[in-house]
Amino acid sequence: MNLLRFLADNRAEVFRLTLEHLALVAVAMLFAVAIGLPLGVALCRRAGLRRWVLAGASVMQTVPSLALFGFLIPVPLLGGIGARTAIVALTLYALLPILRNTYAGISGVDPAVVEAARGMGMTERQILWRVQVPLSLGVILAGVRVATVVSVGIATIAAAIGAGGLGMYIFRGLAMVNHQVILAGAIPAAILALLADFGLGWVERRLAAS
Amino acid sequence: MGADEPERQTNRGIVAFRRVSYCLPGGRPLVSDLNLEIGEGETLVLLGRSGSGKTTTLKLINRLLEPAAGEVLVEGRSTQAWDPIRLRRRIGYVIQEVGLFPHLTVERNVGLVPELDGWEPTRIRTRVQELLLLVGLDPDAFARRRPHELSGGQRQRVGVARALAADPPFLLMDEPFGALDPVTRAELQHEFLALQARLRKTVVLVTHDVREALLLATRIALLSEGRLVGTYAPAAFLRAAEPEARGFLEVLSGPGPQNVPRGGL
Repeated sequence: MNLLRFLADNRAEVFRLTLEHLALVAVAMLFAVAIGLPLGVALCRRAGLRRWVLAGASVMQTVPSLALFGFLIPVPLLGGIGARTAIVALTLYALLPILRNTYAGISGVDPAVVEAARGMGMTERQILWRVQVPLSLGVILAGVRVATVVSVGIATIAAAIGAGGLGMYIFRGLAMVNHQVILAGAIPAAILALLADFGLGWVERRLAAS
Repeated sequence: MGADEPERQTNRGIVAFRRVSYCLPGGRPLVSDLNLEIGEGETLVLLGRSGSGKTTTLKLINRLLEPAAGEVLVEGRSTQAWDPIRLRRRIGYVIQEVGLFPHLTVERNVGLVPELDGWEPTRIRTRVQELLLLVGLDPDAFARRRPHELSGGQRQRVGVARALAADPPFLLMDEPFGALDPVTRAELQHEFLALQARLRKTVVLVTHDVREALLLATRIALLSEGRLVGTYAPAAFLRAAEPEARGFLEVLSGPGPQNVPRGGL
């Protein structure tokens, strides 16, 4: 009850923080997809590059998120206090699932189909765009979905470096030892994550059906 | 049928292998010192056991593989001198797993090469209808289906239609009927003969089934361990003395269900 009253009393702020949160995730996901998709495709062609990039992205995932945000603050250009640093950190986290699924999806396309395409006189580019990418779209999208859900959660930590978002309530509540305030940040963040999961899951199913 | 382009007449081998060898990256030879001429309009069957180099030989023609030594000539020009994309567009390719694109309808599968060649959509549609009728599929019933909605035999028919789409002078077929049940296989084999009587493509077909070879071939090239044992007219193959050939012929005369090829059409 207290929580509902808190949310109602602060609805303008809750709304603003939710939007901030969404903006952090959306921008980071745009970057992660823009980098992850082409890089994932490139990994299918170069085994040497693949080992290093996938290892690097895996290591990135093992860095505790709070520490990563902290490490980035002193980095010139990318770092500092505020949203930019948070977006860089979120992008780094989102990269692995997108890379891994893009690679797995494309390299998982039936070799007979790819060979038939090559034998019919399709160029490598045509094979990629007309055969491999359409056939692995479901797997690639599943990676984007995982990355998005994870990012919504990790974005709560962005508040620690002054990037705003629903984490503001969580950190404030921790400082005040006030569960209501913590939940005022945590519950909307959880709802956002669920919505992202359902939304992208729905798109995935639509693609699978078509 | 689309207009046949005027073809250069070369009676000795529209496809020719000149001392061709192909090795795996590790160095193991799959094809050694192969010399073979394939005449225009003939159906040459590459017959051999698993691992004899049949499929390798086939893939050397459309440059899916490149020779380690020697050269493969198509229309008098080394495949190394051809642009591989242009070469492959002139050569229809049918494989056992069919390799139909599961995300595309039958219509789009069959029309793909014409589409890549930049045909008008209406011309592609007409051509697809024509081809589906040619391989015995009702266009109204099948054009909009996906490959997973077809039986094995129907898929293979679509595969043949797709290979013929841009009216290529050559057709490479890698065990095209291998995955089918015996009844469907016999059906498609006879339809192939009827089709080939009309189209007169230069066909190279890979099989390990000696009955299929005898039924479909105008000439049989017997391969063993990457080497050409010999080439035979089907009737001559029955009398061949080479042990590799006898091995196949014993299968024919041996016990078991008899499925001796019915002659011609």
